[in-house]
Amino acid sequence: MNGLWPDDWSWQLDGWIILAGVLCALSSALVGNFLVLRKLSLLGDAISHAVLPGLAIAFLVTASRSSWPMFLGAVIAGLVTAGATQWIRSAGKVDEGASLGVVFTCLFALGLVLIVQAADRVDLDPGCVLYGAIETTPLDQVSWLGWRMPRVVWVLGTVLLVNVLVLGVLYKEFQLSSFDPSMSTALGISAHGMHSLLMVLVAVTAVASFESVGNILVVAMLVVPPAAAQLISDRLGRVIAWSLILAAFSAVLGHWLATVVPRAMGYRAVSTSAMIAVAAGLLFCVCFLVGPRQGVLSRWWQRRAAAAEMLAEDVVGWLYRREEKLAAADKASREAGAGPEELASGLGVALGPLRRNLKRLVRRGTLQNVAGRYQLTAAGREEGQRVVRAHRLWEQYLVEQAEVPLSRIHEHAERFEHVTTARMREALAEQTDGTERDPHGSRIPPEH
Amino acid sequence: MTFNACPLLEAASLFKQGWSPEWFCSWLGLPDELWRVLSLRDYNTRVVVFGTALLGAAAGVIGSFALLRKRALLGDALSHAMLPGIAVAYLISVLLGQEGKSLPLLLLGATLSGLLGTCCVLGIRQWTKLKEDAALSIVLSVFFGAGVALLGIVQQTTRGHAAGLESFIFGKASALAVEDAWVIFGGGLCCVLLVILFFKEWKLLCFDETFAASSGWPVLGLDWLMMLLIVLISVIGLQAVGLVLMIALLVIPPAAARFWTDQLRTMVWLAGALGCVSSFGGAIVSALLPRLPSGAMIVLFAGAMFLLSFLLGTRRGILFQAWQSWRLQQRVQRQHLLRAMFELSELQAAGAASSVGQPAPVSRERLQGMRSWSKRQLATEINRAVTAGLVIPLSSDQLRLTAAGQQMASKLVHQHRLWELYLITHAEQAPSKVDRDADQMEHVLTPEMIARLERLLNASQQGGSVPSSPHPILPPPETERIGGEQA
Repeated sequence: MNGLWPDDWSWQLDGWIILAGVLCALSSALVGNFLVLRKLSLLGDAISHAVLPGLAIAFLVTASRSSWPMFLGAVIAGLVTAGATQWIRSAGKVDEGASLGVVFTCLFALGLVLIVQAADRVDLDPGCVLYGAIETTPLDQVSWLGWRMPRVVWVLGTVLLVNVLVLGVLYKEFQLSSFDPSMSTALGISAHGMHSLLMVLVAVTAVASFESVGNILVVAMLVVPPAAAQLISDRLGRVIAWSLILAAFSAVLGHWLATVVPRAMGYRAVSTSAMIAVAAGLLFCVCFLVGPRQGVLSRWWQRRAAAAEMLAEDVVGWLYRREEKLAAADKASREAGAGPEELASGLGVALGPLRRNLKRLVRRGTLQNVAGRYQLTAAGREEGQRVVRAHRLWEQYLVEQAEVPLSRIHEHAERFEHVTTARMREALAEQTDGTERDPHGSRIPPEH
Repeated sequence: MTFNACPLLEAASLFKQGWSPEWFCSWLGLPDELWRVLSLRDYNTRVVVFGTALLGAAAGVIGSFALLRKRALLGDALSHAMLPGIAVAYLISVLLGQEGKSLPLLLLGATLSGLLGTCCVLGIRQWTKLKEDAALSIVLSVFFGAGVALLGIVQQTTRGHAAGLESFIFGKASALAVEDAWVIFGGGLCCVLLVILFFKEWKLLCFDETFAASSGWPVLGLDWLMMLLIVLISVIGLQAVGLVLMIALLVIPPAAARFWTDQLRTMVWLAGALGCVSSFGGAIVSALLPRLPSGAMIVLFAGAMFLLSFLLGTRRGILFQAWQSWRLQQRVQRQHLLRAMFELSELQAAGAASSVGQPAPVSRERLQGMRSWSKRQLATEINRAVTAGLVIPLSSDQLRLTAAGQQMASKLVHQHRLWELYLITHAEQAPSKVDRDADQMEHVLTPEMIARLERLLNASQQGGSVPSSPHPILPPPETERIGGEQA
């Protein structure tokens, strides 16, 4: 093994496996976006159980295990699942999840009974019919226009092409009917029809994928990449694009995880489909943590940064007020600044975070450190003036215009001062008729 | 240890000795086999039937709360999420030098992994904009994938005969052991006790979470306890009866019970009973007939219960609802006829001084013009009213209200005009517009509302006397009416 790419990977084997995984992931993620939007995420799981009776009946009717009747039976069973769920939900006012649960468990049980009943005629192993393995992809080859390629790749490629074409042509219609079904129906695009069409796409995609690459993969791919993509963007077009990128990447990553990691630990390779699901889960975790707007870590970081910024403004404002109080003193003692302890007790904050903040302000050029005392620089004085001006303008405004009692204006102004832009200060000054003094009698410094 | 400790069984055996049911069965022409199964004489059947029935009851009870919290499929996600825990527990026990199939360790692994899955579902719900279904689905597929991958490694361990682990996925209800039955018994009892203990709190949580939080209840803790119970019952059930049956027992009986009642207490016990009955029935049928897997039969029994409830349930069943709306339709039709007749005869009485006490007869032809009803509708309605003794046909054309009909009709017209007056005086609607609105309200006014209207509108309207109509009674010519509707 050299580097990340193992030596014994060959494009004849692993290349086809990865390609099958990517095709399955792409076609599932594409339709999955709309499933997640319609709160039908669990449909994939439900269909993967509910196809059993379809397979059993197709088998009993045709008495053969040829793939077309089986495929048709499974797709019909999938559509029955979706239709019956919808019907029970609307006619009986049953919760979405519960109606799905009722339908798929019953269908699965029915399929099991049928298969056990038929067992004496010929051996029909549900596992064998239902769950293909992605590892066997390169073994079953077909020839098409002179190209030899695995049958799975051909099937999944066709499915992907159909999905892309249908969703591409009817993109606007799907978008509208997903977000606002009644509006879409009013505009002449039957929301019900679009829903049914989507269900057909999902059933075909799911069944084609179960048969060729196993059910875990498609259940994961229908939901995980679209959900992760929703954490990255809010626009449907971008969500779809991101979900496709994540899906394809998790297919590649999954095969790598399945072959390389167990070998590094001294085991043989494990199921690629399962590891693709795990890889998608890992990518979801990454988006969950560091997604730009929704990510947990990124939001925590943003809050921290905002808190630090507010503390910095408080420090600068406090130093500015101190200079104001000592207006009568000579310039040296007026601009002598304050030590960290004095600042901490003055602002009522902990010393540790304050020290870090002070260092940041020095780096930024707002403060200068002279023998352990922090003094305002010219730029810092300007900023302090802005903060104090905003604070006092707000106090004046709150008393004059909003009739807030005098005892409460300080706390409000303390919060508002951090979010007040130059234009807001201008507007406030206008609203307070350019008053020179705030309600406490302090001078409102001019705009710098 | 035998299962004879169960008092129910002792009672059954007493019953058996006194009545000689074998004779009874053969007298009825039923095969001995049937009685042998029904009397639970087979040790194996007895364990399976009682184990699954208990499980069904416990799952139904706790599943009701999951359903009302809109988490019906939490059991689905959790049972899948337990797989990696089981595999890891197996690997650890192999590393510790044990045979690997120590049940407590596997159950512990399953529970921990299920709880981790629950954490993930809650976390995704809490910190992202994703919905419940997406969260469940993500946890389900990713954990299951991890579990399958880990099972692949388990199968490679030198001592790993992982055959036993298969039953965690597919279940082995028909081969339930006594130990399993006792575990189910303990777990089920624990669930039911906790449900009794926390009934009020969970009820509040199910119906008004915000209010519960604002009243100072530890909402998060209660929620967690509920999910812990779901995890517990799933762990127990998973190793006993398998994944799909467990999901079915958690989802189907509560969903079926919902069709029969609006009371949470009734619903919980009904769901328990339905779960119990369908498990019992499924297990018995699978013991009676060859080649019917017990797990699947239990699900199908539960499904049949659901279908029955879906159709016939007395609160939400669709046939029941259809019947109710049909009855309402009938009532509305009859009330329309009675009011039309009353108003017509009132008009005629005003025109010509007729005998006091008897309403004036009206003709079918004029009745036809009162409403937009077809000739056939009107004829059917008149026939029904004649049968009910509310209307007397005087000739082929003339009709008259009977005393009973007159009484009903005057009450209706009273209600209709009260509403009209109310609209005119209190809602400031034009007299020409109020008829249509009152036409719909008159059928649904309750006695309390009528009393309030009477009080509101002043004393002169009281005592059941019919106020005079605030607008001309005869419908305006057809063309004008259509114009009015469009405006």
